[in-house]
Amino acid sequence: MKTSAWMKISILFVLFTFLLAACATTPATPEVSEPETTDEPVVEEPFRVALIMPSAINDLAFSQSIYDALVKIQTEMGGESGFQFVYSENMFVVDDAAAAIRDYASQGYDLVIAHGSQYGSSLREIAPDFPEVSFAHGTTVDTFVDEGITNVFAYEAASDQGGYVNGVMAGLLTESNVVGVVGPIETGDAKLYIDGFKAGVMASNPEAQVNINYTGSFSDVALASEAANTHIGAGADILTGTAQMVVGAIGVAEERGVLWFGTQSSQTSLAPSIVVANQVYDWTVVLRDIISLIKEGTLGGKAYAITLANDGLVMDFNPQYTLPESVGQAAAEAIQGIESGSITTLP
Amino acid sequence: MIEDLFSTTVLVGILASGIRLATPYLYAAIGETFGQRSGVLNLGVDGQMLLGAFAAFYVALTYQNLWLGILAAIIVGGLMGLAMAYVTVNLQAQQGISGIGFYLFGLGMSDLLFQKLLGTVETVRGFPSLYIPFLSDIPFLGDIFFRQNILVYLAYLLVPLAWFVMNKTTLGLKIRAVGENPEAADSLGVSVARVRYFSIILGGMLSGVAGASMSIALLNVFQQNMTSGLGFIAVALVYFGGWRPGGVLLGALLFSMVNALQLWIQVKGIQIPSDFAVMMPYVLTILVLVLAVQRVRPPSALTKPFERES
Repeated sequence: MKTSAWMKISILFVLFTFLLAACATTPATPEVSEPETTDEPVVEEPFRVALIMPSAINDLAFSQSIYDALVKIQTEMGGESGFQFVYSENMFVVDDAAAAIRDYASQGYDLVIAHGSQYGSSLREIAPDFPEVSFAHGTTVDTFVDEGITNVFAYEAASDQGGYVNGVMAGLLTESNVVGVVGPIETGDAKLYIDGFKAGVMASNPEAQVNINYTGSFSDVALASEAANTHIGAGADILTGTAQMVVGAIGVAEERGVLWFGTQSSQTSLAPSIVVANQVYDWTVVLRDIISLIKEGTLGGKAYAITLANDGLVMDFNPQYTLPESVGQAAAEAIQGIESGSITTLP
Repeated sequence: MIEDLFSTTVLVGILASGIRLATPYLYAAIGETFGQRSGVLNLGVDGQMLLGAFAAFYVALTYQNLWLGILAAIIVGGLMGLAMAYVTVNLQAQQGISGIGFYLFGLGMSDLLFQKLLGTVETVRGFPSLYIPFLSDIPFLGDIFFRQNILVYLAYLLVPLAWFVMNKTTLGLKIRAVGENPEAADSLGVSVARVRYFSIILGGMLSGVAGASMSIALLNVFQQNMTSGLGFIAVALVYFGGWRPGGVLLGALLFSMVNALQLWIQVKGIQIPSDFAVMMPYVLTILVLVLAVQRVRPPSALTKPFERES
C-alpha cells in the first residue's frame, strides 16, 4: 500500500534526524585531540584518558575547567606521544553517560574520568566490571572504597575558599551594601561557593546584606538573567553566580553597570569592564597525582580536593579592572589566612 | 518578611521581569497556535528556537546587523517548518514522534554549528531598551512597560494581530476549517495541504524569532541548549490558552509573573526551600490548566493526518 511505504520513509527520516542529533551532542566516534600517529618507534605507550562531561568544553565553567587541565597535562607529558585523551561532552543524560563510560572502559583507556557527581551511581556499577581500568569522578569525596571498590578516585573543589575571597572583595566594594548571588541548584560545589562567598562578605562588611536566589537549573540562561535583574532591582550593586547559565546574568550585569565575580573558569572575556576577579578551578594538580599513582599500580581509593593552598584553586584578577589597593590587600590577606588555616571559610 | 513583598519596588520588578520572560513564550506559542489550529502538533518548537537563536546570533555578530539576524532566524525557522510540513503533510508521519525528531535535530545542529563556527561563548550588542519620550518617564508604569526592547513590544503586538488573522480573515477561517474538519474544507475547495504548510511554516518562523528574542535581544549570548526546554512550555501554553491567542497571552504572563515572583521571594529571604520556589510556576500552571481550562476542546483534526479519498 502507498501509505505504508510513506510510513517507512518517514520513520527512516525521523531516525535519521535522531542520528544527526546524536552525532552532534554525543560523538559516537569520540573526538581525538589531534589524531596524529608518530612515525618513530614508540618507546613507551602513551597514557590514555577518556573524559565524560555534562556540558561543553567551552562552557566557561565546570566542563571547561577539566578540559583545560587535560590540555595542560598533555603539554607537560610531551604531547601526543606521551598523553592522549578523548572526550564526550554534553552528556547531560546520565544513561548516555553510563554507556559512554562502559564503552571507554572496554576500549582499554588507562583512566576514565566522569566529570560530574551525577555519574557516581553509574560508576559504582561499572567500575567493578573493569578492575584493570582506573576511574575518577567529581565533584564528590566518595571513592566507594568502603564498598570494596578499589579503582575509583574522587575529587572535589573547596570552592568555598575562592568564594570567601570573592566575598571579602565584594563586601568592601559594595556601596549599596546589597550583594546578589545567582545560584543554580542548592547542591555540590555551587552551594559551597555560595556559602563561602556569603561568609566572606560578612567578614569584611557585616552591615552588608547577601541576597541569594536559585534558578533550579544549571542551564536556564533566561531565568538566570531575570534573577540578576531581580537582584539589581532589590538594590544589589555587586553580583556573583555559578554554573554555565550565568552567562545570562553576566550580560545583565554588564548592561546595568554592576560588578561581577566569577567562579569555575575565567569569565573575564565575556564582560571585561565589570568582572573583578574569578576563582578558577585548575585540576592539573589532582590529575598529575592520579596519573603517577596509576603508573605505580594504584588504581583508586584516594579522594582529592583542590584548594588555594595546593594551587588547584587560583584567584584570577581581571587586569582591565582597577581594584582599589586596600581591597587587593584584603584579598591577599584572605588568601593567606585560608592557606595557613587561620580563616575558616564556611560558617 | 512576607510584607516585604508588597512594596512598589518588588511589584514593579515582578511585572517588568514577567513581561520580559514571557516574550519568547509568546512568539513560540502564537506560532504553535497557528500550527495546531490547522491540525498539526509540532513538538519541535524548542529545536526551531535553538536554530533560530543561533542563526540570529551568528548573523548579528558577523554582519553587525540585528535585523539581518532576525531575518536569518525567520528563514532558518521557516525551513525547519517546511521540513516539518513535508514530513507531517506529505509523508503523514506520526506528528508527536517526528516533532521530537526535529527537536533533537535542532538541539544537535545548533550545538554543532556553535562549536564549529564560534567555539566559545561570546556576547553581542543586542537590541537596546527603547526610550520612549514621556512614556518611559512615567513613574512605575514607565519602568514596567516602556523600557523594554523592540522585540518585546512586537511580541505583544503579535497577539491582537494573530487574533485578527485567526478570527476575522478568510485565511484564518480556512486554517480553523482545516483543523476542525479537513474533509469538509477539502470538499469546499480549500487545499488542506497548502493551508497546513502555511501554518507550520509560519509557526517555524515565529519559533525562530522566539529564539532570536533570547539570543540578540534579551540575553545577547548564545549557549548550547540555551532554551533549556522553553519550547515545550510554549506547546503547553497553547493548550493552556485554549488555542486562542488571548489565552496564550494570559498563560505566558501567568507563568512568567509567577517565575518572577519566586525569584523575588528568594531574594527577600522568605524562608521556603528554593526547590519549592522554582516549582511554583509549574505547579500553578498545572493547577489552572486542570481547574479552569477543561471545557475547551482542541481542534478536532489535531494530530490526524489528512488523506484525500479518491
